[in-house]
Amino acid sequence: MRLPKPRGGLSEWLVARLAEPGLTGSAPDADSWDDESISLWTLHELSFRGFEDADDRAEWDPELLGVRRDLEEALEERLRARWSASPTSPASSAAPAAADVPTALEDLVAADDGPSLADHVRRRADRDQVLELLRQRSVYHLKESDPSAFVVPRLPVRAKAALMALQFDEYGDGDPNRLHSHLFARGLEAVGLRAEYGAYVEDATTENLEMNNAGSIFGLHRRLRGAAMGHLAAFEMTSSLPSRKMVQGLERLGLDGPMSAYYDEHVEADAIHEHLAARDICGTLAEDEPDQAAEILFGAFTCLDVEARFATAMLATWEEQR
Amino acid sequence: MKDRDFDHPDVVLVPHGPMLLRGAESVQDLEGRVHTVDRPVVALCRCEKSSRLPWCDGTHKVIPR
Ligand code: FES
Repeated sequence: MRLPKPRGGLSEWLVARLAEPGLTGSAPDADSWDDESISLWTLHELSFRGFEDADDRAEWDPELLGVRRDLEEALEERLRARWSASPTSPASSAAPAAADVPTALEDLVAADDGPSLADHVRRRADRDQVLELLRQRSVYHLKESDPSAFVVPRLPVRAKAALMALQFDEYGDGDPNRLHSHLFARGLEAVGLRAEYGAYVEDATTENLEMNNAGSIFGLHRRLRGAAMGHLAAFEMTSSLPSRKMVQGLERLGLDGPMSAYYDEHVEADAIHEHLAARDICGTLAEDEPDQAAEILFGAFTCLDVEARFATAMLATWEEQR
Repeated sequence: MKDRDFDHPDVVLVPHGPMLLRGAESVQDLEGRVHTVDRPVVALCRCEKSSRLPWCDGTHKVIPR
């Protein structure tokens, strides 16, 4: 993947700096939320697959780490503020007991009233809208499960074993053909889209970048391991039924084949993963590290919240185009 | 001394949900058809409303209890 197109002063500075490590001069402030989001996305990407036109050593460049920390602090503050403002958030004194964490996760998911893109795809979306959605989704699905893989060494025994069981399935149970991100890449090709890693980052909406950044910040910081696992649980718990709707929508539009096979795989897989994530990962993590219980819920809320914001924005754009 | 520190049952019943089954190689459904298992854990539908029996597809969550 090549460095993304800048979206403002900060990302322009960053992309130039990554392409030419010798450059000096300090980072300007971001012009916009969009500029901020693409900059943080780019900095995080240095810890995933990187860019062919960037210096690999930039991942640990102290000045860039400083920029990354400022952007991460702003993002985390925003996410936490949304969680404390949410009616589903317990008063800070009332973090759930470890044994109640799986139920608390279920309640959060049940209370989620964000709009469903899968519903739209199943019933109304036209072909262009579905292709647009798949391009947006590709930003995450082409690195599916990678953010949570960073959390493995940071967990206690039971949660670690359970996360590995889940990740093993995500990564194809040892068969590269069944790696989920690979299945998605095959799906993209089959519907005539580009399938290479990072193909549509240029098109990603700000909400989509924020959604990806939230997953990455949780995965990359040991301090946020609880939030990462709560995020994973909420993701899995809201996947199998919507995946089935995606299959129905894709078939309605004649887009069956590898792309609907990708979603089809998630109907069954995530019906299993949601229990592993809520009980064996989050439940045991909260038992072993009780201070993580509140963090787990924060992560789960954030997963639902950023998806709702992304979905609302996508649906609004499509509504305007009518 | 216990020879195992953690409970790690092969079968787990999820309240109002599926039966999780670990380490199975094949599963026979209600019609007698045998399905090969290629995952470390599978979720078997107990509500009988799944669209892909014998596997759970999450439908139990939308059935009023
Ligand atoms: S138990 Fe999940 S669909 Fe029946």
